[in-house]
Amino acid sequence: MSRLLARFSVRYPTFHLNVALDVPMAGITAIFGPSGSGKTTLLRCLAGLEQTPDGFMQFDEDLWQDTAKGLCRPLHKRPIGYVFQEPRLFPHYSVRSNLLYGYNRISPEERRISIERVIDILGIGHLLDRRTHNLSGGEQQRVAIGRALLTSPKLLLMDEPLASLDMQRKQELLPFIRRLHEELHIPVMYVSHAIAEILQLADRIILLKEGHVAGTGPLNEVLTSLEFRGNFGSHRVGGVLDAHVANHEPQYGLTQLDFKGQALFVPFQPVAVGQPMRIHILSSDVSLVIGRTDSPTSVLNILDAMIVEIREINHASVDVLLDIGAPLVASITRKSLMNLGLKPGNRVFAYIKAVALNEELVE
Amino acid sequence: MGALTDLDLSALWVSVRLATMTVLVLLIVGTPLAWWLAHTKSRLRPIVEAAVALPIVLPPTVLGFYLLVALGPYGPLGRFANLSLAFTFTGLVIASVFYSMPFVIQPLQSAFEAVGKAPLEAAWSLRASKLDAFLTVISPIALRGFISAIVLGFAHTMGEFGVVLMVGGSIPGETRVLSTTIFEHVEVMEYTQAHAISAFMLIFSFVVLLAVYIINRRFPIHVS
Repeated sequence: MSRLLARFSVRYPTFHLNVALDVPMAGITAIFGPSGSGKTTLLRCLAGLEQTPDGFMQFDEDLWQDTAKGLCRPLHKRPIGYVFQEPRLFPHYSVRSNLLYGYNRISPEERRISIERVIDILGIGHLLDRRTHNLSGGEQQRVAIGRALLTSPKLLLMDEPLASLDMQRKQELLPFIRRLHEELHIPVMYVSHAIAEILQLADRIILLKEGHVAGTGPLNEVLTSLEFRGNFGSHRVGGVLDAHVANHEPQYGLTQLDFKGQALFVPFQPVAVGQPMRIHILSSDVSLVIGRTDSPTSVLNILDAMIVEIREINHASVDVLLDIGAPLVASITRKSLMNLGLKPGNRVFAYIKAVALNEELVE
Repeated sequence: MGALTDLDLSALWVSVRLATMTVLVLLIVGTPLAWWLAHTKSRLRPIVEAAVALPIVLPPTVLGFYLLVALGPYGPLGRFANLSLAFTFTGLVIASVFYSMPFVIQPLQSAFEAVGKAPLEAAWSLRASKLDAFLTVISPIALRGFISAIVLGFAHTMGEFGVVLMVGGSIPGETRVLSTTIFEHVEVMEYTQAHAISAFMLIFSFVVLLAVYIINRRFPIHVS
């Protein structure tokens, strides 16, 4: 697994970026934080696009920057692909020439990703001879992604590539981003302030706040951490689970998922048995029951859980961090907590009223 | 053109050679300077901008006087070349470079500002060096700026008079250009020739400006 080591300290008129990162790079790593937290600046520092008088950056064995030694490899000599917020296609070239711009500038031995492959994954075969300005926003961004991929990068940096697109185009593009990571095995650093995109895409997350790193780790660990739920405003998400399709029950319009031996039901999904499916659960949709009662319930999804930690949120409500084979947060009232006498270490059942599919992008 | 003498035709040739050389020199020197002006955050920027714009407002005689001193045998440029550059074609090119500088730099600078740094960064991220990116991405996008700069620089050099007279004199075949030829003709009451050359200059200048405005309208700078 690749590893990224980076340290930057840069003062800007409005804020001070001061980060130290030591993160494994596999899958999609999201850089998440509110506007103005320095996400884009951090990404630009990683690429070498910002002037950084004090910076260090190493990717695996490759040292790209060490200002203490006066070393800073220019961007065009780093095996990085960069997708900007706007597509930045070259207007004087056709789509094909845009795609080949970087491809032609690397040596044939470096070309690990073929043109056919990229065209296939991104579905841009029909656009090759078009001029760039009459493509839709989503098509332009797909070409921009393809152009970056064709430099066979070892690391792909994406700066809110969906931000300038409408909801429908976003939905169109998300599976492509997921696919390119799954099929080409290029680690991706993905900047976004949209939690919905991150729930769908990210494997790991770097939380950024006022120019410094407030937390990093696997997506679910960070989402259920106190730091995230206390400071990032997106406290509604209780957890993200990577499950598999186990069975279909078409007569009820349901699909049964398997999550570490426990069953979860979601509305019917046209996905083959055995395929992975990511779901998220809102913390307010989780209720806790001590001992499974014999009385029947309409709730289909009941998971075995152990209480890991109880966190005071405000006077009326508490967060209960559960272990269901993955971390999951339940938001309950303080009154319920008292009535049930819940304590860390207790075994409980988590009744889940609704399971949200991550394909349903909610802002 | 029957009214034109051989001397007039040689003046036309000197004018065209002078304008071509001046524009070439200004493209080589002016492109990096215009790029720097378009993107620098340096405090020197307004000072350089003002200096570049000076020839627009300065009387040509003032510019011509200083250039004459500089190009003369005891001036810094004359000493560098180890001979007097005043009253030579080379001296005239040097003088014209200064005189026409704003007409080349300013269109380039505004084109580079319109293009911005975004396409350049995109090209870098696609393995293009800075020079490669400039030649293959920035220049084509800023093409309109280059056309304006070339046309205006050329036309303005064709039309200069005061500086040319002071620095170059009006030596036939060497430093006598069209504009000074008109002056010579008027001096000796040759109004027919003066009319012909003046009409040529008038139409030439109008056509050039018309071309610039049409180009600006037809080829707006697109940055996606």
